[in-house]
Amino acid sequence: MQKEIIIAGFGGQGVLFGGQVLAYAAMDNGLDVTWIPSYGPEMRGGTANCTVVIADHEIGSPLVKNPPLAIALNLPSFDKYEETLAPGGTLIVNQSMVDRAPKRTDIHVIMVPCNEIAEEIGDRKLLNMVAVGALLTALPEIKVEDVEKALEGHLPARHKHLLPKNYEALKRGFEQAQREWDKVPAEFSEQ
Amino acid sequence: MPRELWKGNEAIAESAVRAGLGAYFGYPITPQTEILEYLSRRMPELGRAFVQAESELGAINMVYGAACTGARVMSSSSSPGVSLMMEGLSYIAGTEIPAVLVNVMRGGPGLGNIAPAQSDYNQAVRGGGHGDYPRIVLAPASVQEAIDLMALSFDLAEKYRMIAMMILDGSVGQMMEPAEMPALQEPHRREFDWATNGAMNRERRILSSIYLDPHDEEKTNLRLLKNWKNVQANEVRYKEYFLDDAKYVIVGFGTAGRVALSAVREARALGIKVGLLRPITVSPFPYEALDQLTGQVEAFLVTEMNMGQMLDDVLLTVRGRVPVEFYGRPGGVVPFHDEILDEIHRLASGPLAVSTDPRDSWLARMYSNLKVTAQ
Repeated sequence: MQKEIIIAGFGGQGVLFGGQVLAYAAMDNGLDVTWIPSYGPEMRGGTANCTVVIADHEIGSPLVKNPPLAIALNLPSFDKYEETLAPGGTLIVNQSMVDRAPKRTDIHVIMVPCNEIAEEIGDRKLLNMVAVGALLTALPEIKVEDVEKALEGHLPARHKHLLPKNYEALKRGFEQAQREWDKVPAEFSEQ
Repeated sequence: MPRELWKGNEAIAESAVRAGLGAYFGYPITPQTEILEYLSRRMPELGRAFVQAESELGAINMVYGAACTGARVMSSSSSPGVSLMMEGLSYIAGTEIPAVLVNVMRGGPGLGNIAPAQSDYNQAVRGGGHGDYPRIVLAPASVQEAIDLMALSFDLAEKYRMIAMMILDGSVGQMMEPAEMPALQEPHRREFDWATNGAMNRERRILSSIYLDPHDEEKTNLRLLKNWKNVQANEVRYKEYFLDDAKYVIVGFGTAGRVALSAVREARALGIKVGLLRPITVSPFPYEALDQLTGQVEAFLVTEMNMGQMLDDVLLTVRGRVPVEFYGRPGGVVPFHDEILDEIHRLASGPLAVSTDPRDSWLARMYSNLKVTAQ
C-alpha cells in the first residue's frame, strides 16, 4: 500500500501543519511516512504546499507528479492540482475560496466550505483541520480518531486547550465530505 | 527510544549532539540553516560550545583548531559555503586530524539556487581542496540514515584521522520522516596520542601540515594513501534492492537513489527485472559490489541530480563490459519517479550500445523531450 497526498494553499492557511498531522497519524499507525514542504521564497507568503507519502514499505520518492489525493485550499491550488491529479483520484477543494466548478470528470472533486465551517466552530484558523477531516473520507488507512490521537500526542502543551475545537473541525469536515460523497452516483464512487 | 517525526536538518543536529559533539562552528546558509539554528539553542543548553563564525573561512579554521585537541567537532554548510571551506579542509587533511563536515547541497554553480541538488559529488569525493588527500564521504537518503551516518562520521573520522563529510541534498534536509535517535553521549575527548591538549608532564606534540622537505611530504602522501586503503577495505557501505535476478541495475545515491526505488517497484510490478544499488559511502565507492554485478546484468542506468559525476566511478568499474546509460536532472530539479520509469522501459526495450560517454545520448534526449530548450 502506498498513498500520496498533496496539500496546497496560501501561506498562513495551515498547509504544512495539516500535512504534519497526517504524518503523525500515519506514523502512530505503524506506517512509514514522508512529509516534505515546498521551501524557499514562497514560505514568506504566496502559495505553499507539502507532499505526504504513506506506505507500508520503505518509501522511495517523497515527491509525486500525479497524486491520487490532494487538498486545494485556494483557487491557484485548485487550478494546479485539478490538472495534475491522477485519474480516479480525489481532490478536496475549499469551496469558500474558489468561484468555479470542476472541469475534469475523471476525478472526484469534493467541495467543502472550509472557511465557513471553521468560522461556525469559532476559529477561522481551523480551516485546515476541516479539510483534513474531509480528506479522510478518501483515505481509509487513517481514521478521524487516529488524527485526534496524533493531535493530542504531538501538539505542543501550550496549544492543548485548542484540542476540542480541532476535533470538532475534523468531524465537521469529515461529515460534510461524506454528504458530498452521498451525492455521487454509486457506480462512480467506487475507489 | 520511540520513533518521532524529525526534520532532516534538525535530526542531523540532534544526532551530532547525541554522538558527543563538543563544539560546533558554522555560518548560516539555506538549505542547512536549521542545523545551525537548532545547535545554537541545544549546545549552550548542554554547556557545550556553539560559535556562529564571521564567515565560512572562520568556521572551518575554528574546526581545524578545535579538532587538534581531540574533541568531537564539526561544521555544516551548503554548496557555496562549502567551496569557501576548501582551503581549511586541505589543511585539516594535511594535518591528519579528524573533522566532520555536512554539506546540504543546492543547485549550482555559483550562487545557483536553494533547491535540492547533488552537484558537489566531485568536489566532495575527488578533492576540492588543493593537494592529494583522500576523505570519507557518506550520502544518506533518508532522515534515519542521516541520523545513523552522522554518528558514524565521527567514529570513522577519529578511527582513520581523516575528514568525514556527509553530503545530502536540500530535500533530505527539509523532509520529515519517522526516526529513532540514539542515546545521548557526553562530549568525547579521548586521550589520542596525537592530540595537542596541554603538554603537562609529557613530551610536546606538534600538529602541522607543513613538510618543507619534499621527501617528508612524499612520505606523508604515501601514508595517507596507505591509510585510505584500510578505509577502502573496511568501510564500504551500500544498500541493495531487488538485485538477485536483476537484468538491469540502477545506481543512484541519496535522493536520486530513493526516487529510483519507486520506479524500480513499479517496473517490477510490470514484470521488468530491474534492481537498485544505492551507495551509502560514495567515498570509498562500492567498486567491488558493482564489479560483481557487471558479470550478471545486461545494462546499468546511473541516476543523479547533476550532469553525471558518480557516473565516472561507475564507468571506471564497468570498463565497457556492458552498456551504462545515464539519466540526470541538474540545477536543483528533483526527478519524478515516472521519468526514471521511462528510462527503465527504454533500457528494457533495448538494444543498447556501449558508448564512451553516456552523457551524449542523455543530452540529446533532454533537448528532444523539450525538458530544456536551447538558448
